Parts: sequence; C-alpha cells; structure tokens
Amino acid sequence: MSAVAAAASATSTGEAVQFWILGTVAVIGALATILMKKAVHSALSLAGTMIILAVFYLANGAYFLGVVQVIVYTGAIMMLFLFVVMLVGVTAADSLKETIKGQRWLAVLCGLGFGILLIAGIGNASLQHFNGLGRANSAGHVEGLAQLIFTRYVFAFEVTGALLITAAVGAMVLTHRERTERAATQRELSERRVREGVQLPPLPAPGVYARHNAVDVPGLLPDGTPSELTVSKTLRARGQVRDVSGEALADLKALERRSAERLGREEASK
Amino acid sequence: MENLIALLVAAPLLGAAVLLCGGRRLDRAGHWLGTLLAAASFGIGAALFADMLGRGADDRTMRQHLYSWIPVEGFQADIAFQLDQLSMTFVLLISGVGTLIHVYSIGYMEHDERRRRFFGYLNLFLAAMLLLVLADNYLLLYVGWEGVGLASYLLIGFWQHKPSAATAAKKAFLVNRVGDMGLSIAIMLMFTTFGTFAFRPVLASAGETSEGMLTAIGLMLLLAACGKSAQVPLQSWLGDAMEGPTPVSALIHAATMVTAGVYLIVRSGAIFNGAPDAQLVTAIVGAVTLLFGAVVGCAKDDIKKALAGSTMSQIGYMVLAAGLGPIGYVFAIMHLVTHGFFKAGLFLGAGSVMHGMNDEVDMRKYGGLRRYMPVTFVTFGLGYLAIIGFPGLSGFFSKDRIIEAAFAKGGTEGWILGSVALLGAAITAFYMTRVMLMTFFGEKRWQPAPDADAAADVEPSAGHRPGEMPHPHESPKSMTVPMIVLAFGSVFAGGFFAIGDRFLNWLEPVTGYEHGHPPVSALTVTLATMAVLAVGVAIAWAMYGRRPVPVTAPRGSLLTRAARRDLLQDDFNHVVLVRGGEHLTRSLVYVDHSLVDGVVNGTAASVGGLSGRLRKLQNGYARSYAVSMFGGTAILIAATLLMRAV
Amino acid sequence: MNPVNYLYLAALLFTIGAAGVLIRRNTIVLFMCVELMLNACNLAFVAFSRMHGNLDGQIIAFFTMVVAAAEVVVGLAIIVSLFRTRHSASVDDASLMKL
Repeated sequence: MSAVAAAASATSTGEAVQFWILGTVAVIGALATILMKKAVHSALSLAGTMIILAVFYLANGAYFLGVVQVIVYTGAIMMLFLFVVMLVGVTAADSLKETIKGQRWLAVLCGLGFGILLIAGIGNASLQHFNGLGRANSAGHVEGLAQLIFTRYVFAFEVTGALLITAAVGAMVLTHRERTERAATQRELSERRVREGVQLPPLPAPGVYARHNAVDVPGLLPDGTPSELTVSKTLRARGQVRDVSGEALADLKALERRSAERLGREEASK
Repeated sequence: MENLIALLVAAPLLGAAVLLCGGRRLDRAGHWLGTLLAAASFGIGAALFADMLGRGADDRTMRQHLYSWIPVEGFQADIAFQLDQLSMTFVLLISGVGTLIHVYSIGYMEHDERRRRFFGYLNLFLAAMLLLVLADNYLLLYVGWEGVGLASYLLIGFWQHKPSAATAAKKAFLVNRVGDMGLSIAIMLMFTTFGTFAFRPVLASAGETSEGMLTAIGLMLLLAACGKSAQVPLQSWLGDAMEGPTPVSALIHAATMVTAGVYLIVRSGAIFNGAPDAQLVTAIVGAVTLLFGAVVGCAKDDIKKALAGSTMSQIGYMVLAAGLGPIGYVFAIMHLVTHGFFKAGLFLGAGSVMHGMNDEVDMRKYGGLRRYMPVTFVTFGLGYLAIIGFPGLSGFFSKDRIIEAAFAKGGTEGWILGSVALLGAAITAFYMTRVMLMTFFGEKRWQPAPDADAAADVEPSAGHRPGEMPHPHESPKSMTVPMIVLAFGSVFAGGFFAIGDRFLNWLEPVTGYEHGHPPVSALTVTLATMAVLAVGVAIAWAMYGRRPVPVTAPRGSLLTRAARRDLLQDDFNHVVLVRGGEHLTRSLVYVDHSLVDGVVNGTAASVGGLSGRLRKLQNGYARSYAVSMFGGTAILIAATLLMRAV
Repeated sequence: MNPVNYLYLAALLFTIGAAGVLIRRNTIVLFMCVELMLNACNLAFVAFSRMHGNLDGQIIAFFTMVVAAAEVVVGLAIIVSLFRTRHSASVDDASLMKL
C-alpha cells in the first residue's frame, strides 16, 4: 500500500525517463494514425498509442484504469476497428490528396492555433503544486474507486449501463438487414437458369493440378485457354487468378513434339 | 315648465321620423304635418318665453336633465338642456322663421314630387338646430352641430339629379368637416383642461386657466365657427350651397344654420374673454369676411349668389362683433336676429321672383318686375332697406351698434376695424341697390325659357315649357304671407330691440356687457354710416339706375372678374390644397417607392446576396463544418485566456 | 519531472486527433482520431486526479471509456451500413446536406 502511495505522489527519475521515451513514441503513433494511407496501419498505430497511454495511467497511479485501458480499448475497441477495416477492405489505400479547397490549410491553421492556445493555457495555469493519491487510496485503490462509483456516481453508473445496452441494440438494428422477400428455392433457381439460358449445369471446377491447393487456378478449355468461370468471382475481382495456361500450352507443345519424335522414330524403324 | 324644453326638439324630430319613414302614403298630408310640428315647436317656445319673462332677470335659466348618455367614471355626457335668454332668442328665431319657411315651402315646392321628403329634411334640420342651441354641454352641441351639417348636406343636394347640386352638397359637407375637426379638438382640449365639457363648469373656470390653453381652445372654436358660418378661409361652400331650393337658402344658409358659428363664439364668451389673441383673430376674420362677401356680392349676376355673398358679409359683421368681446356680443346676436328676418325675407322674395320668372336666376334677365309682383316688390324692398341700414329699420339699429362697437375697441385696431365695418356698409348699400335696381326697375330684359336640354338642369318645380316667354305673376298666398310677416320683422325688430336697450337688458345676464368708449361720438358714427350709405346707393344708381343694364355681362375690371369667380377662392383652394395634396401624395408615393421599398428591397437583396455567398460555406462536407467548430473552439479558448489575463 | 508534462502530452495528442478529423476522409480513420482525442482527455483526467489527490478524475475517465465504447459500437455499425449502401467509406461522399 505504501508503495502504491509512493508511486502515486512521486515523480522519480525513472518515471521521467519513461515519460520522455514513451511520450515520444505515443506522439509518433498518433501522427502515424492520422498520416498512414492504409486504415489498418492507422489502427495498429493507434493501438500502440493506447497501450502507451495505459502505461501512463499506471504511472499516474490509476492502476485499475490502466488495466481497463488495455482490456477495453486495445483489446476490444481496437479489435472492433480492425474487424470493420477487414470488412471494408484491408488493402484499400486512401488517397491523401485533399479535395476540399482550403481545407488542409484551415485544418493546419486551426490545429496549430488550438494547440498553441491549449498549451499556453496549461502553462498559464498554476498547476505546479500537486498532492498525489496517497490519501485517496488509503482504503485500497480499487476499493476507493468502487466506493465512489457506487455512492456518488451510482446514477451515472446506472445510466451508462443503460447506454451500453442501448448502443448494443442500436448496433444490431443498424446492421441488421431485414429479408423483404422469400428466399428462392432450388427449383425456382433452376427454372430461372433455364429461362435465361446461361450456364445450365453447375459451374466447372477449377483446374486441379496435384501440386497445391489450386482453387485460384482456372481450368483449361480443350484448346488450352483458361476458363474464367472456373474461378471464384471474389478472386477474379481481386485479380488473384493464377493463370497457368501458358505453362499448360507449353507442356502440350512439348508433349506433341515428343510424340511426334516418337512417331517419327517408329516410322523410321519401319 | 322646464319639462317642456325637450319637446322643443322632440316635435320636429318626430316630424322628421314620421315623414322620412312613413313612405308615400304621407305624400298628400306630409307637408301639413311638418309645418304643424314646426309651429308646435314655435308654440312651445313662445310659452316658455312667456314663462321666462315672468321671472326675475337672474332666475331665467331653465334646465332639463333628460338622461345620462355616457355615464363613465370621469366622463359624464348627459342629454341635458339649458334654456337661457341666449338660447331663447335662438329658439324663437329658429322655430319662428322655420315655421314661416315651412309655410312658404308648401307653395314653393308644390310641383315637386318629393315634397314630403323635403319637409322631413326641414324638420330634421329644425330638430338638430334646436338641439344645438339648447344643449347644456359642448358634446351635445356637437351632436346638433353635425345634425345641421347633415340636414344642410341633404337639402343642398335635394335636387340630386343635378350634378352641380350633388357637387355643391359634397363641397359643403367637406368644408364643414374641416371646421368640425376644430370643434372636436376644442372639446377634447376642454375635457383635458377642465375635466368636463358642460357649459357651466367650463365657462365658470375659464378665468382660472392659462391664457395659452384658452387661446388654443378659442382658435379651435373659431375654426369650427368659420366652417359652419362660411367665414374666410372656409367660406367657399356657401355660394355653391345656393344650388339647394330657395327656402333652404333662406332658412339654413341665411337665417339660422350659418349663424351657429356666431352662437358658438358668443356662448363661449368666457373662453374668448380670457384669450385676447383669439378675440383679435376672430375680429380680423370677421372683418376680412365682411369685405370679401360684400365684394363677391357686387359682382354676381345670380340673384341667390349675390344674396349669398351678402349673407357671408353680414355674418362677417356678427363675427367681428363677437370678436370684440363683451362690448360686441349683444350686438352680434341682435344683428343675427334682425339679419334672420330681413335676409330670410330677401331670399323668400328672390324665390318668389324666380317662381314667377320660370326659375331664371340671372338678374340681367329680370327688370321692371315691380308692376307684376307688387307684394314681392314691397316686402323685398323693405328687406333691402333694412339690410342697407336705412334709418329706422332693423338693420340700421343693429349694424350701427356694431360699427360703433368696432370703433370702441380702441387704439389702431379699433380704427381699422371700424373703418372696415364702415366701408362694408357702403359696399352693402351698393350691391343691394344693384340687386334691387336690376330686378324690379329698368326695362324688361326677359328671355325665353331655356330649351329642353338646359331645362333638365333647372328646378323641376317649374312646370313651364321650353321656349316660352315668362309670365311674371304674384306668388300664391302661402308664399306671400311669410314674406309679409318677415317684412314686418325687418322693419320693426331693430327698433323694438334697440329702443330702451330692451335686447341689451334681456341678454346681458348671459353674455355680459361692457359699454365701450368710442373715440368719436355715437352720433358721428351714425352720420358717417348714413353718408357712406348714401354714397353706395348713389354709385349703384349711377351705374345701374340711370343706364340700361346689358343682358350679357360686360367683361368688367380685373376685380369684377375675380369677384365673379368668388374672389378666386376655389382657384386658391385648388392650387393650394388640391395641387398641394396631389404633389404631396405624389412625392409620398415617390418616397414610398424609392425609399421605403428601396430599404425593404435593399434589405432583401443584401440578405439574398449575403446568403448566396454564405451558402458556399454550406458545402455539405462534414469536415468543413468540423473546421468551423474547431476554429470556434480555438477562439473560445483565446477569449477565455484573454479574459483571465485582463 | 513535473507531472504537468502529462497535460502537455494530452494537449498534443488531442490536437493531433482533431487535425486528423479535419484532414482524413476515411470514416474509420476519422473514428480512430476521435478515439485518440477521447484518450487524450482521459490522460488529462488521470493526471488531474493525481494532482488533486482524489479519484474523481479516474471515475470520469472510466465513464468516458464506457461512453466511448458505446459510441464506437454504434458508430461502426453506422459505418458498416453506410458502406453497404454506398460502397464507400469516405465522409465526403455523404455530402448531400446541401442545396
């Protein structure tokens, strides 16, 4: 307990070193968040910044909050972000070219003005004197928090509970898609295929060469050209089709040559 | 006896109601009913007069409170009557002359199919006029004031099929509105100053009020009097009002209604006594009108318009006298009464002449009528002698006293006013002699009746055929008898009033009296009046008696031509008021279009333009909005820091 | 070292996050920047908590996390449904709120 109080009220050299190193990293992470072209890189940079913030919480004596920061933010929220990024397309890179006239200048101007004013305000405030958390944590850190949450802030606590539930329901409602028509049956699907006259039988399987999983390799038509139909639409859209037709055609030519040689030899032996 | 006062008003009012609502079934007896009720009013008035004479001089005021009209805390308007010597004089004059003129109208309007309606209007006028003089407060007086205005409007425009009559009625109505505005403002001022508008409290406390307020009230009352009594500058309607039937001209526009302004001023004497400036203005207005009317009367060839100019001039005398204060009030009223007799008589005589001459009004087409209409000639002649102030007749006494009082005003003002009054007497003698000579003397200048087109434009009571030479004849008894009665009044009233100061003693308790001190003796004034009278008559005789009168009017001098156009009063009104009004409205429209609309449209345009620019900020990009928010936050922080730093 | 430095760091991170909101178009990155700003605030709260010697700041930071979690859940759901209908994750494509 005394160690906790000491950590809360003192600013040791170790903490100073830790602040300057990790603070620099945190700022770099933040800058990377806003400057990375790909959303996934941004998310990872932000996760790093958040972990550093968790360390700072611990350094400031907010142990519970530090742990929560790691679990909730880095563990849950950032993973949610990553999940959505994956859903939207992980490889899509944003263009950082500004399209609104004057927006970037204004943003930089406002940002600089705001930051300078904020820092000037903090410097202006008389905050030199500080107390440390020794007395507040006298009954134990988590116990102290619990006492506050369940006494003075109990209504706010209950209301945030309601807020969370509402948010969960809201997310479900927003992402849920109501089916407005009956799903087509097998029979209806087959009848439609016949009516439209395209691809009556099932799609042909991809070309399978017993070397590796060849789901991205199109099957070849009798003349050796690849058939697009044999590869999944998604792979086609991503341009991830591995065309092996050239190789196959070369194999075919070699086979013909070999067979021609053999036949020629046989004719010659006759 | 007090309870009879309301009946004075009620009798003619009943007649008006019955006659106007009764419909055609009353056509045959309507005029008798109207005349009877007018006579009843006169009878009641006479009974009250007898009762009043039986009382002491200080006990003669009778009051009758009928009911509270508008009983509100702090604002009491009563239907209440006050009959004192002044009101009594008017009651007798109005109902007496009114009854005579009702009788006269029976004959004069015989051929008019709307005679019943005419009598209804006449009764309405009598009721309103009696209400005016009997009211015991200014608000009720205002009711009567508007009532006579309405009756006047209806009667001037009685022959409404003539556009000129309809226009004249509208003109009279509009000009009267200007004056009425003055009366209503005066009543409002009284209410704010005295907290009431009943005669007794207002007049009793007038002495304790500031002179400025009294002057304001007095000038507003004078404006009202100018409108109703056709005084300069609101005189323009009276000449045109002669478009009405002649009995109307005699009753309303000569004897009674036009004198209401004089009544108002004399009644409000206490207010004017406390406001010397208002009094002086009143006297000046009277003097100017006196000359104005006389000059107009000299130039007119239309007999009724000549008499109208004379009326204006004589009322000018009364207003002048009323403006002199206590030295003149009594004589104003005395001249009013005698004028009521002789001017009504003159108008009735003129009506009689027109009746005999196919409704011809141009005196240049009369001439030599004395042999054909002896009764008319004699009564008209007596009226003529009375108005010019022939010694011994009514006008002599009343006018002489006014001239004397004008000199007695004292100082330069007195001399000027007195001289003007004297000059007016000379001009009166001139134009009245001219009327007399052109109508009854000289050779016959009769013309055939106008043709059919023009005939539609003259009075429909005529019953003559176009192209026919007139056959002058004496009028029926119903017309001559009132003329004879009025002629008696014209001859004897003045002497009866003046000798022994009867009228003065009668009226003094109400109006007060001060004996003025004229700079010259009364005898000198009388002699001077006689002298100018003789000069006026002589000039007229030289111009119209010795020489034949041309049928078509000569071009005349500049003054004559101006006077024929009523001394350019309508032109003045047109240029100053109508043109001015047009320019004002035009410039207001311009201001409205350029300035008001400009501001409105400019605001709209600038808002529109600004919005057009601001909407570019509204580009739909959330990030742009975020920049604004962020910038705003930065500004907030800056403001906070600044406030802390200060 | 003065613990006020934590506040400077928080201010810096917050400003970087705000600038990121202004210059990036990808909704997901935008969201990350918002999270960065929230975390910067949390850091400031924790630092204040230590300075003033009471736990209220930590409680506030705790609530901020909860609210942020709720916000992320709903926000990502919105992004997903937006992406489904528009096939785009750019905020500039959702610029229909203009004339």
